[in-house]
Amino acid sequence: MATKSLHKRQSDLANSNRQLEILSNGIFQNGELPKFKNKIAETNQFPLRAKKLEILQINVGYMCNQVCDHCHVDAGPDRKEIMTRDTMRQCLEVIKNTGAHTLDLTGGAPEMNPDFRWFVEEAAKAGVKDFIVRSNLTIIRANKKYYDLPEFFKKHNVHVVSSMPHWTRGKTDKQRGDGVFDKSIKALQELNAVGYGLPDSNLKLDLVYNPTGAFLPSDQAAMEKDFKKALKDDFGIQFHNLFAITNLPISRFLDYLIASENYEDYMYSLVESYNPTAVANVMCTNTLSVSWDGYLFDCDFNQMLELPVNSEVKHISEYNEDLLEGRNIVISQHCYGCTAGAGSSCQGSVA
Amino acid sequence: MQKTYYDPADLRKFGEISEWNQELGDKFFDYYGKVFEDGALTAREKSLIALAVSHTEQCPYCIDAYTKDGLQRGVTKEEMMEAIHVGAAIKSGATLVHGVQMMNKVNKLDG
Repeated sequence: MATKSLHKRQSDLANSNRQLEILSNGIFQNGELPKFKNKIAETNQFPLRAKKLEILQINVGYMCNQVCDHCHVDAGPDRKEIMTRDTMRQCLEVIKNTGAHTLDLTGGAPEMNPDFRWFVEEAAKAGVKDFIVRSNLTIIRANKKYYDLPEFFKKHNVHVVSSMPHWTRGKTDKQRGDGVFDKSIKALQELNAVGYGLPDSNLKLDLVYNPTGAFLPSDQAAMEKDFKKALKDDFGIQFHNLFAITNLPISRFLDYLIASENYEDYMYSLVESYNPTAVANVMCTNTLSVSWDGYLFDCDFNQMLELPVNSEVKHISEYNEDLLEGRNIVISQHCYGCTAGAGSSCQGSVA
Repeated sequence: MQKTYYDPADLRKFGEISEWNQELGDKFFDYYGKVFEDGALTAREKSLIALAVSHTEQCPYCIDAYTKDGLQRGVTKEEMMEAIHVGAAIKSGATLVHGVQMMNKVNKLDG
């Protein structure tokens, strides 16, 4: 289990160009596997184009209290990239005027941004239909100053989306760190206690399932059923939906794949599971990702690979929804992660 | 010439058996896919049965495939090991129950 980010360890893979090189060389260069561009061209889906914006996803910083093995952000306590209140103000201008129905705050642990609560309070005033905060759960139990987060979320009608890789302690702690399972269970019980996740509650609580190793997620509905039964039977916990998300071969997950000699097999699995139907609904076509310093990306993964939007509009300060619509999506081989099987997005399966 | 009987990469080529007999290959893969769908048993339960049978059949391709399939379905290593013991129990039981035949024969010839 890593305790430091790739950046802190000064790993080769902390460099996004190095990651992109790996994703374009080897089995993709020698023709063993087709490049993503060629694969989607087979079904006349190249270039991928952005449709009308539905989801504005804002990454408020890479700092996190956990150092999960699979993290595509390379987040951790040692990451210092944090969105400032000035950039938040620029985001708020966009939030007030956007046509997007969903605002999605992510990180790192977004709650660790010192201006997080101010930002949530201000953003909630804009009345976006679905206001998501991606909480890692353990932050709620990390320090007294976070103990009231369930009440805070409730007050602002925040839709809580939290990671939970398995309903057993062993598999959860293996991916997310020792003690994470117990703290997550406690946090879920506290969210349930204020009304989150209950069957008829408007306080939405969804869980995200990422596989704990070098394999793809299975059927989302079947997994949801298993998660619901186990968490209810063992801990009395309830939640609404499970989003099954494929681990993309970038950052720490790429590091893990290479170190465990699973990289090539994993890429084969992704390409063999390629589903053209998923391409039509892939999230980059209706989502825009904003980085901690205000730059725009097609998705959070492209943000981490430092692949900016292919548009004259590059920064939240010059935001223009009309100009961004129809832009060509920037792709590489990591995109196979979103088109495998039933497809994968921050909102789960897409096909 | 390949020096070993089994190559893990051959599992990916399983579908190619249809190239030499499309009709039977198609029928087999249609049947195979249908068998593993949710039915009276869940796909997850079928995956665990397949893992146990993979071991009793001692098929390395199947063991790789259904270990991975189980992980994808959230099956725990404890569940996997119990399933394999079920297969092992049947294998050993099947050997030992033939002991009755041996005993019958001894009793007839030398009783």
